[in-house]
Amino acid sequence: MTFLNDIYLDAFKEVGNIGAGNAATSLSKLLNRRINMNVPEIKILRFNEVETVVGGAEKLVAGIYLEFVGDIRGTILYILDKDSANNLLHLLMPNYCRDHQGDFSKIESSALQEVGNILASAYLGSLSALTGLYVKPSTPALAYDMAGAILSVPLIEFGQVGEQAFFIETLFIDGLDRIKGNFFLIPEIDSYFIILKALGVFR
Amino acid sequence: MIQRVKVGMADLNTVISPGVLVSLGLGSCVGIALYDGHVKVAGLAHIMLPSSTSIKNNENRAKFADTAILQLIDDMIVLGAKQNRLKAKLAGGAQMFAFNSRDNSPLKIGERNIVSTLDVLMELKIPVIGQDTGGNYGRTVELYAETGDYLIKTIGHGVKRI
Repeated sequence: MTFLNDIYLDAFKEVGNIGAGNAATSLSKLLNRRINMNVPEIKILRFNEVETVVGGAEKLVAGIYLEFVGDIRGTILYILDKDSANNLLHLLMPNYCRDHQGDFSKIESSALQEVGNILASAYLGSLSALTGLYVKPSTPALAYDMAGAILSVPLIEFGQVGEQAFFIETLFIDGLDRIKGNFFLIPEIDSYFIILKALGVFR
Repeated sequence: MIQRVKVGMADLNTVISPGVLVSLGLGSCVGIALYDGHVKVAGLAHIMLPSSTSIKNNENRAKFADTAILQLIDDMIVLGAKQNRLKAKLAGGAQMFAFNSRDNSPLKIGERNIVSTLDVLMELKIPVIGQDTGGNYGRTVELYAETGDYLIKTIGHGVKRI
């Protein structure tokens, strides 16, 4: 199983690299300006280390969730810390106040959902290109709450197979603004094997 | 100084008075609090999944409602608690994203965690005397071994004591 995990991790890393590139291009087009990015970093998170990501389990974060169907099924979660979500909204809506507190308005939520949609499509596109499998995302849902609570959604899914989760940390850069996001892509268990098969691991 | 003991995700712990057990940011997970007021022994489990029997990889007993409760009782008995004196309080089991999805969606796991926890406690004849579960928001919980009070904090949904 470790061997398969390594292969899957490599594939996931590749999906992350190509996906983040696609995402930066899509964001640049949407905003009509150049958006740079760092090389995405793959991170492994043990359940007892949840404290160490996004600044602690009680920190306020935005989560964008969607499910995908097609040849494979699964879920995607994109988590932005509060500053990154505010920076992103400021990029999309220049009148938006960066020191925003509390819940997002309807228009802010839908802007974040739309960005989630674009990013998810970018990653799913790269997964599809790499495996030749057809995938289609649902419309996204947004939550703004404690990091631990939002992370519980992907971690529980990883919990069905092990004691750790992996995700991709991406950093988009516009001038001095940083948008740091953590991206989880979790296939259902059956789909996980379909992906490995598509990558040529099984015959 | 009062001892504060953290309980992580898929983790459990016990304290005696005046200790406090703390678990941060429960989402769809459930914080199962057990308390024996006679000897002031408290136990808290932060479970992720409803049942160990449907999962192959189930060595971590604290991850599942069924095995976590049994482990917690054993650990509390070591500290002087008696099973027939235990009372339970529950928090968590939220659905974090409002999403119109299929019935077996992973998002519904919070509800399944609650149902399973209640079943196991009923079978063990441990009464549930307080419950703050469901909803679509995260919770941080604190269990006080001195009083058995279970404090539930949220962002934007107030503070509760059950």
